[in-house]
Amino acid sequence: METLQFRFDRGARQLPGAAQLVGVVGSGNLEVLIEAAPLAGACEIEVHTAAVGFGATWQAVMDDFHARWSLADARISINDNGATPAVVSLRLDQAVESLINPSTGGAP
Amino acid sequence: MSYLELTARQRIPAIFDAGSFEEFLPPSKRIASPHLAQLDSPVSFDDGVVVGRGKLGGHTVFGAAQEGAFMGGAVGEVHGAKLAGMLRRAIDERAYAVLLLLESGGVRLHEANAGLIAVSEVMRAMLDVRAAGIPVVAVVGGSNGCFGGMGIAARCANTVIMSEEGRLAMSGPEVIETASGVEEFDSRDRALVWRTTGGKHRYLLGDCQVLVADDTDAFRGAALDAIAALKSGEVGLTLEGLLAEQDLLARRLRDAEGVNEPMELWRRLGIPEPASVPMLEAGAFLELAQQHRARLHTGEQ
Repeated sequence: METLQFRFDRGARQLPGAAQLVGVVGSGNLEVLIEAAPLAGACEIEVHTAAVGFGATWQAVMDDFHARWSLADARISINDNGATPAVVSLRLDQAVESLINPSTGGAP
Repeated sequence: MSYLELTARQRIPAIFDAGSFEEFLPPSKRIASPHLAQLDSPVSFDDGVVVGRGKLGGHTVFGAAQEGAFMGGAVGEVHGAKLAGMLRRAIDERAYAVLLLLESGGVRLHEANAGLIAVSEVMRAMLDVRAAGIPVVAVVGGSNGCFGGMGIAARCANTVIMSEEGRLAMSGPEVIETASGVEEFDSRDRALVWRTTGGKHRYLLGDCQVLVADDTDAFRGAALDAIAALKSGEVGLTLEGLLAEQDLLARRLRDAEGVNEPMELWRRLGIPEPASVPMLEAGAFLELAQQHRARLHTGEQ
């Protein structure tokens, strides 16, 4: 297992609502826990992944995610079991959307 | 909506009254397995099970949903403790009923004795709930089925509701093949696997009491009906009930003498064309099964 941490300062978008979990820690899949947290306007992401040695790929996926959403005061925690970058991006978007619009979030 | 295809977290709002479910130890509490972390394996923030309290038809019903996609829904120490704790709280708070959405390969072998003890605690707690006069209903309709210790636990419920796609057994197909050889049981023969463990077989043999199509509304309706029926009778273990179960099993042993193909067993139950059974839709199957299925001789529905 490898633990990776990312922090993006000066986000623009505050998250409403209670914590949400999307995805499942199945093979090639991951779960994303997203919650509002007082982080002085930053978004912090912690990743626990079974695939060791892909830090640069995670960094690129997270950079893209931050460019799309620019979250402020958000904590994202990920348990990953070998998801591809595309799946990670979709799950991250799903996690944000599940908070913004809970009625449509949480699809597998 | 297909029940089979949903995750545990999607099944809860589809079965319980909309927006009523309050989760105990939600993922944000991060109560994950300490054993998996020590083994350098991925963990889940809910350890693969949702437990809590919601409304079903307006009544307060405690419940759980196991996530089959996380380690096959296998029961580790935390997972089992969440189930057992929810069941004990159902007694303390005088729940109207308990509804378990089961999908599990049984004990999580990574956690060895802790997992085995956890499953036995779940079984004991289920029987304690029944002894307190609270009905326990189990639903088996996930793609991973319900096997091993959770297969036994399912049968500790008052009523088991299955779909044809659901599977319920002790040893899973691959376990049998590994232990006894492919000549004994070919785990890749999907038709054989479903004939020996699937919902229709379990319904014909009397191991499940209700069979529904793979549909969340059908499961919800069956759960409401089962709980309503159980509320008017005795839900704890009784000597009469156990003797009736023993009689059912003795009849099965007698009927299964020399049989190694489920279709032959169905024929002995009186099904005229056993080969047609796997292709029948739920409605047509229930009509056929009604006259022939094995059942308890104590006034069970």
